[in-house]
Amino acid sequence: MTFTRPKEDNPSIRATTALVDCDVHTTFPSDKVMMELLPERWRDYHRSFADAYVSSAYPRTVRNAARVDSWPPNGAPPGSDLNFLQEQLLDEWGIGCAILGPLLRVARSGLQNPEYAAAFASAVNDWTASEWLAKDERLAGSIVTPYEDSELTVAEIERLALNKRFVQIYVLVGTSSPLGNRKYWPIYQMAVRYDLPVGIHFGSGSATGAGWPSYYLEDHCGNAQSFQSQVISLVCEGVFERFPTLKIVLIEGGFAWLPPLAWRLDRAFERLHTDVPHLARRPSEYIAENIWLTTQPIEEPKAPYALKDLVDSFPALEDKLMFSTDYPHWDFDAPDEALRKSRLPQETLSKIFHGNAQKLYRF
Amino acid sequence: MRTNLAQLGLTWFVQNAKLDLAADLGATTRFLERGVTDQVGRPKTAVVDADVHNEVPTIRTLMPYLSDYWQETVNSTAFDGADVRAFPPRLPTSTRTGAMPPNGVPGSDIDLLTRQALGPDVEVAILNCTYAVDAIHNPYAAAAVAAAINDWQIAEWLEREPRLRASIVVPSQNPELAAAEIARVGEHPGFVQVAVPARTAMPIGRLEFHPLFAAAVEHNLVVGVHAGGFSGYPTTAVGWPTYCIEDYAGMSTVMQTQVMSMLVEGLFVEFPKLRVAMFDTGCTWLPSFMSRLDKDWKGLRRETPWVLKQPSDYLREHIRFTTNPLDIPTQDMALIRALFDQMGGSEMLMHGTDYPHWEFKAQHDAFMSILTDDEYVDVIGGTARTFYQLSPQAARNSADA
Repeated sequence: MTFTRPKEDNPSIRATTALVDCDVHTTFPSDKVMMELLPERWRDYHRSFADAYVSSAYPRTVRNAARVDSWPPNGAPPGSDLNFLQEQLLDEWGIGCAILGPLLRVARSGLQNPEYAAAFASAVNDWTASEWLAKDERLAGSIVTPYEDSELTVAEIERLALNKRFVQIYVLVGTSSPLGNRKYWPIYQMAVRYDLPVGIHFGSGSATGAGWPSYYLEDHCGNAQSFQSQVISLVCEGVFERFPTLKIVLIEGGFAWLPPLAWRLDRAFERLHTDVPHLARRPSEYIAENIWLTTQPIEEPKAPYALKDLVDSFPALEDKLMFSTDYPHWDFDAPDEALRKSRLPQETLSKIFHGNAQKLYRF
Repeated sequence: MRTNLAQLGLTWFVQNAKLDLAADLGATTRFLERGVTDQVGRPKTAVVDADVHNEVPTIRTLMPYLSDYWQETVNSTAFDGADVRAFPPRLPTSTRTGAMPPNGVPGSDIDLLTRQALGPDVEVAILNCTYAVDAIHNPYAAAAVAAAINDWQIAEWLEREPRLRASIVVPSQNPELAAAEIARVGEHPGFVQVAVPARTAMPIGRLEFHPLFAAAVEHNLVVGVHAGGFSGYPTTAVGWPTYCIEDYAGMSTVMQTQVMSMLVEGLFVEFPKLRVAMFDTGCTWLPSFMSRLDKDWKGLRRETPWVLKQPSDYLREHIRFTTNPLDIPTQDMALIRALFDQMGGSEMLMHGTDYPHWEFKAQHDAFMSILTDDEYVDVIGGTARTFYQLSPQAARNSADA
């Protein structure tokens, strides 16, 4: 993986760090392109049934949830055009590596035909390989999976695991059961076999532990609670005890909620450890060891030292936070704005902006 | 050891096989005698305990308060009220040492509760009954049981102990029926709150819940959201977890959902006089949660135009949290102090022992130690006294009623 040199006239933050952007979203330029990638058997199926699998409970307040300036000149959707993405993201910010996460799936709140999902995932992954990874060395891929079906997911992982341009396995946070559930364990088995992190990304499923909220604002912020439930599950089910080398990346969930959750789990564990005798360590120890998080969307506390205090309060964060922009979404984090006021020391910022991701993904 | 205890006429439930019963008996005796404000050098001030849990032992207790129809139903059918509890008595987190009465339901014995929770320095204790009315899917049964519980609370709690205040138990799953129950008993001076469980079928800020909040406001009652809730729907955003510890730990995520719902749905705009208390939340998720919500609101507020100022402003005006149990690391006092400041300080927090649930003493003591004397006075009673509009006169009224 090579890094391009940042442009000479960019400010110092770009000259001294080769950024790794751990969350960039691509999408098909058109339905036609996608159809051509599907095997014949699924093209007919898609024509009849695609509409039944659309999921969009909370309309985004902008089309495609994208920055208004991220529509390529050809009118295709944001994140669909390589040239435009190179220009607006990679070259503009001197990004040395961007990890792609296509937010494409065929499922609606649990309704998922697993073989259709698997065919679709394969099509997305092959398209990523040929239209993106093959055309720009700065790009890395995520293996999109039909994750509700472990067997089919294992097959898709095995198909691509040896392709070094794919750097992680990809699932969405809104699963039908919490991700610690044993039905998902074959995925983790594959992950440790091939030493691929499992990236859990925001999206898909907006219910809460108290039913369905009303607004996109709640859906957007509410993903943080989904991520918390996933962490609780992964820890308490003993996923990290069973798979000690498993690496989980929480993508686009924020991160400031992590220390309070770790403290809560430790307190619960004080009294309820007999419920989970398979855990040999305290929950916070598993969290510190096995979980990485991308930065965007940063909680941005008003008090200037609050983020530094947060990282100090849970020291593992220093080695686990990884910068992301979430391009092309509306809440894109610009590299020269994000964390600028955080009072984090330069050494920590270097880790966050490229060091931790380089180490995790082995660039 | 057991023989000795039997001779004393006590039965104890051993929570942990490693407990030294003799030592714990001593510790409990000392606890019974000392004030809860075991803080050396603090100002002498009357305590308000904003979170004490009274519980219904069995449906039999409620029989005198049920109509003939429901008595007959209890006697003839398998119906015996809610068949689940928010705090299952034998769970290691449900009962603190020495708080288990002979009937096996902590918080159900007023004498034991009074001895253990109403120490000499306690001016008022606010009862929070977490009976799982929402687990009763038959709406008429739910309403009948809730009414019986409230009549039982009046007769056997409020009228017996003037220092107690209580929360109205309602069928929260049906806001209209809940409003009717609030109207029925809401004027009793002993009731200061309406109890709502956290895991409702839909977030409580939604329009569907307006009748409940309207009734609470009309009768000048705080709405108190407590850990629990049995809507029948999955207990997390991502389906059903496996272990009890996940259920317990996950409650904080639902508290976040509910705070968010109330703020963005404009509940406090619709009901400017509404006061909401949140219990058993753990508290420390609040600063990061509010930063996130304030930030996202800036970009996404077109759908919620009634939210005229940043959501955290409404939170500070209308919502309060109790202090136990607290999710903090107990060694780092500077961090605890910083978290306290970020949470909004003593104006936001009300002392609550969470009796009879397990006492997380290390967390409690660490937190209390970082307060200034003024903050201590607020937390230990001032904030609750203001929030619940408590007056000494109310105590006499409830005894006379």
